[in-house]
Amino acid sequence: MNKSLNGKAFKFGDDVDTGQIIPGKYVVLTDPNELASHVFEDVAPEFKGKVEMGDIIIAGKNFGTGSSREHAPKAIKFSGISAVIAKSFARIFYRNAINIGLFAITLPQVDEIKENDQITINLNEGKVINHTQGKEYKFDLPHKVMLDIFAEGGIIPFTKKELNLK
Amino acid sequence: MGNNLIKKILAKKLGHEVKVGEIIYIEPDLVMTHDHQGPMTIREFENIGADSLWNPDKVILVMDHRTPSQTLVAVENHQKLRKFARKYGVTKFFDVGEGVCHDLVAEKALVRPEMVYIATDSHTVTEGALGLFATGVGSSEMASIFATGKVWLKIPETIKVTLKGTLQKGVYGKDIALRLLEIIKTGGADYKVLEFGGAGIASVSAASRMSLCNMCLEMGAKTAIFPVDKVTVEYYKEKGVEVQELYPDEDGEYISEIIVDLDQLEPLIAFPFSPDNVRSVSQIGDEVYALNQSVIGTCTGARYEDLKVAAEILKGKQVRPGTRMLIVPATKDLMLRCTQEGIIETFLKAGAMVNVPCCGPCGGYGMAVLAEDESSITTGSRNFVARMGAPGAHIYLSNAATAAASAIEGKLTDPRKYLSDS
Ligand code: SF4
Repeated sequence: MNKSLNGKAFKFGDDVDTGQIIPGKYVVLTDPNELASHVFEDVAPEFKGKVEMGDIIIAGKNFGTGSSREHAPKAIKFSGISAVIAKSFARIFYRNAINIGLFAITLPQVDEIKENDQITINLNEGKVINHTQGKEYKFDLPHKVMLDIFAEGGIIPFTKKELNLK
Repeated sequence: MGNNLIKKILAKKLGHEVKVGEIIYIEPDLVMTHDHQGPMTIREFENIGADSLWNPDKVILVMDHRTPSQTLVAVENHQKLRKFARKYGVTKFFDVGEGVCHDLVAEKALVRPEMVYIATDSHTVTEGALGLFATGVGSSEMASIFATGKVWLKIPETIKVTLKGTLQKGVYGKDIALRLLEIIKTGGADYKVLEFGGAGIASVSAASRMSLCNMCLEMGAKTAIFPVDKVTVEYYKEKGVEVQELYPDEDGEYISEIIVDLDQLEPLIAFPFSPDNVRSVSQIGDEVYALNQSVIGTCTGARYEDLKVAAEILKGKQVRPGTRMLIVPATKDLMLRCTQEGIIETFLKAGAMVNVPCCGPCGGYGMAVLAEDESSITTGSRNFVARMGAPGAHIYLSNAATAAASAIEGKLTDPRKYLSDS
């Protein structure tokens, strides 16, 4: 996969649950852009105004814990975020993120990254580059089954292709 | 090295042995979505463009989260799901008022030991209590399963949880879950399986096992599982279904073991804002944690044993003025049984409100919502920030006995003093 993701860092702490990402009351919605308009509404209302296309969320441990709502990674992706780098993820969030085409990787050194640092994720080489601090980190790519799904743009286009549907 | 329960179930289904870390593709025996993740699931299913479900008999739809018909958007979602069920021939359709999904699939004996059960809900792990592989996925992945009938899984590592001793008065599966959360912490069992065993499991009812397995999700577990022992066989027998006992191999493969002594276990409470912030009721001491509300409901504490003990505690007593109490039985059949046995009457006479079966108070879905400076005890599974309304509201998680006793006193209370010794 020849791809790199670029943007500025938005820092979040540990245990950011799906209810903080998208409050339960919006789970009745299915339109991803509508979901994005409520992203982090309760806990970081300023986020929406500051995020630009390609930006990257940097979080602590257990990101995306809580409900299985795919609304959470969708709200993040459609707000403009291209990837989440965290110390660890809740299992379903991680799976959902890749399945909807939001890149997600774990990196133990996330604490070194500061708010607004310019970050590049090089998917080809498995490298995170912090341009602001001049640092580079190696990361483990997601498993091949997930990379194949991500490369197609998510599990929906992947399944379409698998079933030969247009 | 022999098989733990999950490897055993998957190997049997696939017809060959499996290794930890291996990726497998498997056809689920049953799948489920509900009115929270269902609308997104059918939207994505339509995006795939498949003209039929891989097997409509294996699909379950449950209307439980936004019921009964709470808002215009909610009721329109219910309409969409009903239409979808008709169009694609889904007959296992549980409409508004039938009950909470994880309770229904067990109560109706849809889920059976040794099955692979996948649903669009994080707490799908609840069903592991009955000796099957049960785990959650998101809506798009379910849409893909709807179309293809297959899902990929990585064979997980397993932690053995050995229960010894016997559950004591006023102590339930919920308290085992909270003790484990205290030990393992949220996210501490990420991607792993918690497999229960040991002589102590004989004292843990199927209902308690379900609450316990449910909350293993809060530890990050991919799933949790009990062997199919006499308790499970008896559970199915009462439903007229015969199932075979199933245990792991003596030399099953585990990465670690945790031992919980049930003789020493007390009623526990998770304090705000994390299910792993646990204290025992007896440790609370003289500090007064006043409560605006007490809730008995959700899929982690509104089964028959929960409502029965709550009624025993509330019989002839009154909910303290200034504290509101809401009781939501997990299913309609259970509510009927409780009505026939006078349990509902006891609740109403004690001053509690009783609502029709639904998820409702679990996540502030149209009821039992809290204001900024309020606090509530609940038998629910989560006490995250804003889970039941305002971000500042405090949520305490407990078993049903503790929630009932606390409603009487209007503060966090040890339930054991309200329970007779018999
Ligand atoms: S009661 Fe709560 S935890 Fe259970 S299925 Fe409903 S929302 Fe989920």
